[in-house]
Formats: sequence, C-alpha cells, structure tokens
Amino acid sequence: MSDILVDIQHLTFKRGDRVIYDDMSMQFQRGKVTAIMGPSGIGKTTLLRLIGGQLKPEQGKILVDGQNIPQLSRKDLYKARQKMGMLFQSGAMFSEMSVYDNVAFPIREHTRLPEDIIRLMVLMKLEAVGLRGARDLMPAELSGGMARRAALARAIALDPQFIMYDEPFAGQDPISMGVIVRLIRSLNNALGLTSVVVSHDVNEVMSIADYVYVVAERKVIGQGTPDELRAHPSALVQQFLQGQSDGPVPFHFKAANYSTELMELAK
Amino acid sequence: MIVDKLQQLGQHSIAKIQGMGRATLMLFGALIAWPTPRKSFPLLLKQLYVVGVLSLLIILVSGLFIGMVLALQGYTVLSKFGAEQMLGPLVALSLLRELGPVVTALLFAGRAGSALTAEIGLMKATEQLSGMEMMAVDPLRRIIAPRFWAGVISMPLLALIFTAVGILGGHLVGVDWLGVDGGGYWSAMQANVDFQQDILNGVIKSVVFALIVTWIALHKGFDAVPTSEGISQATTQTVVTSSLAVLGFDFILTAVMFGG
Repeated sequence: MSDILVDIQHLTFKRGDRVIYDDMSMQFQRGKVTAIMGPSGIGKTTLLRLIGGQLKPEQGKILVDGQNIPQLSRKDLYKARQKMGMLFQSGAMFSEMSVYDNVAFPIREHTRLPEDIIRLMVLMKLEAVGLRGARDLMPAELSGGMARRAALARAIALDPQFIMYDEPFAGQDPISMGVIVRLIRSLNNALGLTSVVVSHDVNEVMSIADYVYVVAERKVIGQGTPDELRAHPSALVQQFLQGQSDGPVPFHFKAANYSTELMELAK
Repeated sequence: MIVDKLQQLGQHSIAKIQGMGRATLMLFGALIAWPTPRKSFPLLLKQLYVVGVLSLLIILVSGLFIGMVLALQGYTVLSKFGAEQMLGPLVALSLLRELGPVVTALLFAGRAGSALTAEIGLMKATEQLSGMEMMAVDPLRRIIAPRFWAGVISMPLLALIFTAVGILGGHLVGVDWLGVDGGGYWSAMQANVDFQQDILNGVIKSVVFALIVTWIALHKGFDAVPTSEGISQATTQTVVTSSLAVLGFDFILTAVMFGG
C-alpha cells in the first residue's frame, strides 16, 4: 500500500477563460494532516471540489487511493465518495432534520442497518465531537461552531478514509477554534484518517499540520513541514505567513498611475 | 449597431437554449433511476403532503368562488333567453374544460411552485445539495425526483377537486340563491357532459400543466444563482414563466382537443 493517498499530478483547471490552476502537483500522505494555505480567491475550495469529483479538470490526474477521480464513471465516483468525508465551510447541515437525523443520514442512505445500531453509531460520532446532548436540536438552533462540529460528526459517520476540511476555522470564536483544532488532530489520530485542511488561518494550520502547501498565482509556491516553511526563502510565502499588508502581493489592486489619474480629473 | 443587437439576440437565444438543455438533463438525471420503494415512498408521501395537501385550502376556496361567479354571470345571460336550465352544463363545462385545469395550475405555480424553487435554491445556497453529493447521495434522485412526482400526481387531483367544488358553488348560487330548478341543474349537466370529451380532456390538460409547472419550478431552483437576489429572481421567474407556459399550452391543447 502506497504511502500517498491523494496524488494530484499536473492539474490544470480553468473557469471560463480564467486559469485557476496551471500544471499544479501535490501529494497527501496517508494518516497525516496536510494543509493547503493561500490568499483568498485562489480556488482552495475549488481544489476540494476537484478532489471530490464535483468539478472536472482540463488536464492532469487526481488519484485518490489509486483511482483517477475525473475519469471514474458516475457509479464508481459515488462509490469513491463513500470513502471521503467533507466538512463544508457553512456546515451544510440539512435544515429540515435534527442533528441526530443529519448524522444518521449517510448511514441510512448507504447501509441497511437496523435503527438501534444506527442509534449507537450516531451517538458515538456525536460523543466524539462533544454534541451528544445536542442530538435533538435543529441546525438553526446551533451556534456556528456547534453546527460545524455536528457537520463533522456527519462527515465521519461512515468512517471515511480521508476527510477534507473547507476553511474549518473561518468565523469562529477562539474557544470553538480551539475545539476544532483539537478535533481535527485527535480524529485524525484516533480514526486513522488522512486529513486535508484548506485554510488561511496561519497559526491554527501550522499548529496541527504535518505538511503544508502554500498555493498562490495558480501553483504551489512553497511546501514543507511547518518548520521548513517558516524558513522558506520565498518573499511571497513569508508575506503570507507573517500577514504583511504589502509585498509581492501588492496592497493596491492593479490601477492606472495615481497622480496621472488625479491630474486628468483636475483638467 | 445592428451587428451588436444581433449579437445580443444570439447570445440571449444561446443562453435560453442552454438553460433548456440543463433543465432536460436535470429531469433526465432525476427520472432515469429505478426508484427503491423502501426509500422513495416515504419521501414521495412527504412531498405529496407538502405540495398537494397544503395547497388544498387555496384550491377549495378559489374553486368555490369561481363556481359561484360563473353561476351568477351565466344566470344573467341565460335568463334573458329563458335558458336557466342550461346553467348546470355551463358551469360544469367551463370548469372541466378550462377553468379547473388552468386556474389550478396558476394557483399551484404561485403556491407550491414558488415554494419548491425557493426551497431548492436555498438548499443550493447553503451547500446542502453539494454536501449531499459529497456524501455519495444524488440530489437529483433524493430531492428533485420525489418533488417532481408529487407535483405531477397532486395537480390533476387538485384540478378535479377544484372543479367539483366549483360545481357545488354554482349550485349554491344558481339553485339555492337564484332559484334555478335543482333537478334540472344536475340532469342537464349529466346529459351534456361527455366523459371522454370533457372530463378526460380536462384531466389530460392538468397532467400536462403539472409536468410543465413542476419542471419549471424545480429547474429554476436547481439552476438559481446561490445568492439571496438569485433566489428571489428564480422564484419570480418560476411564477411568471410557468403561468405564461400554462396559458400558452392551454391554447394549443384546446385547439387540438376542441378546435376541430
């Protein structure tokens, strides 16, 4: 069994005429937490959708456990997805179902287990994320952090091989942020998962990731363990890690010369 | 200038045709799979309740009033010719052939169609459909198919209920209020209403309208831009497009069924 669970080779993806990824390659190791960081709007969520087969690339291979996702038939793709879990930024809880039914949903859809076993499984998953007591609440009654944890319980309901987190820390208060950081790491270790975290929260990501890719300008601009990245020579990587407002990524959006424009207005 | 206009027209037409293509693909994807009774039946039952049963009140009230108005207007004209006994057939035929299917479809588009579009649009905006897809559950089969069948099953039934209540409303005004002979109201109706020509054709019409309205409502929701503005636009489009489509198809169907 190869050490690499997800192998992205020479990926090119466009939206209309806009190139999102240009000949990009990356690998996610089995049993590790790999993070993908980068400025907003560079298509980090798009990458997760490509891995999940919701989008098809122009070129390149996306191998998940040896299977090339873009070339799978519909039936095989759905089978492959049963081994993946995805935590959406919004949580994507089904609003008309209780937390319990949300977590039970994938189990009921994909197995024919009796209700008492499903109940056992759901309670175990809810216990893992600390929400066993919230099973009867509706998604609208949960706080943002709780909704994300409930969605996490649903994502691991069928014990997937690997799980993708889309901006798991965005918009969280420090306590729920700490809870989610702990959960990602502990679930990864306890369940033997492979985790992919897409985020731009540098500190949180650096604290849990085994390996980090920094993506910008349509490709990987830096990669390595968190320590290696901190010593990375690229100015762009350093600007991103340290959150500097100006640098290779300019503060100003591309525009005509300021003084020329003002003078023209004065004429 | 003219070239620009032509270009715009071309782009608009291509966008429309692409939209129709996506709508067809959506319906095809939803209906191609063989349903599994264990999972599909409870989902269908729930949607029949949401789409059909919850529309009952508006259908009952509208049917009653339209029957009453028909009788009132019909009586005024018929009584000038001393033909009050033809009030029953007038009310029944107007409702069975035209008003039942058409008004039910228009009310259905406003009540259930707009709700379907908004529900699916919001599910899309909150990533529930994507989430389902990533859990290896096809939203076309899980969400679209039961709603589609619920619409197609419930609308013809609602149209029949609308017609029946309308005929009772006509009786209420014509017989109980204006004094038309009760026996004559029913017997003239029985003598002049043909099962195949009138009742069956009316049912066929409402099945066609059900297909159109439900399909448009589901597609507009599924294809909505996932923002609050996008969903509001999609909901409006559902009501406008499906109402116009119903009226257009009504003319075609009437011409085919009763024209010659």
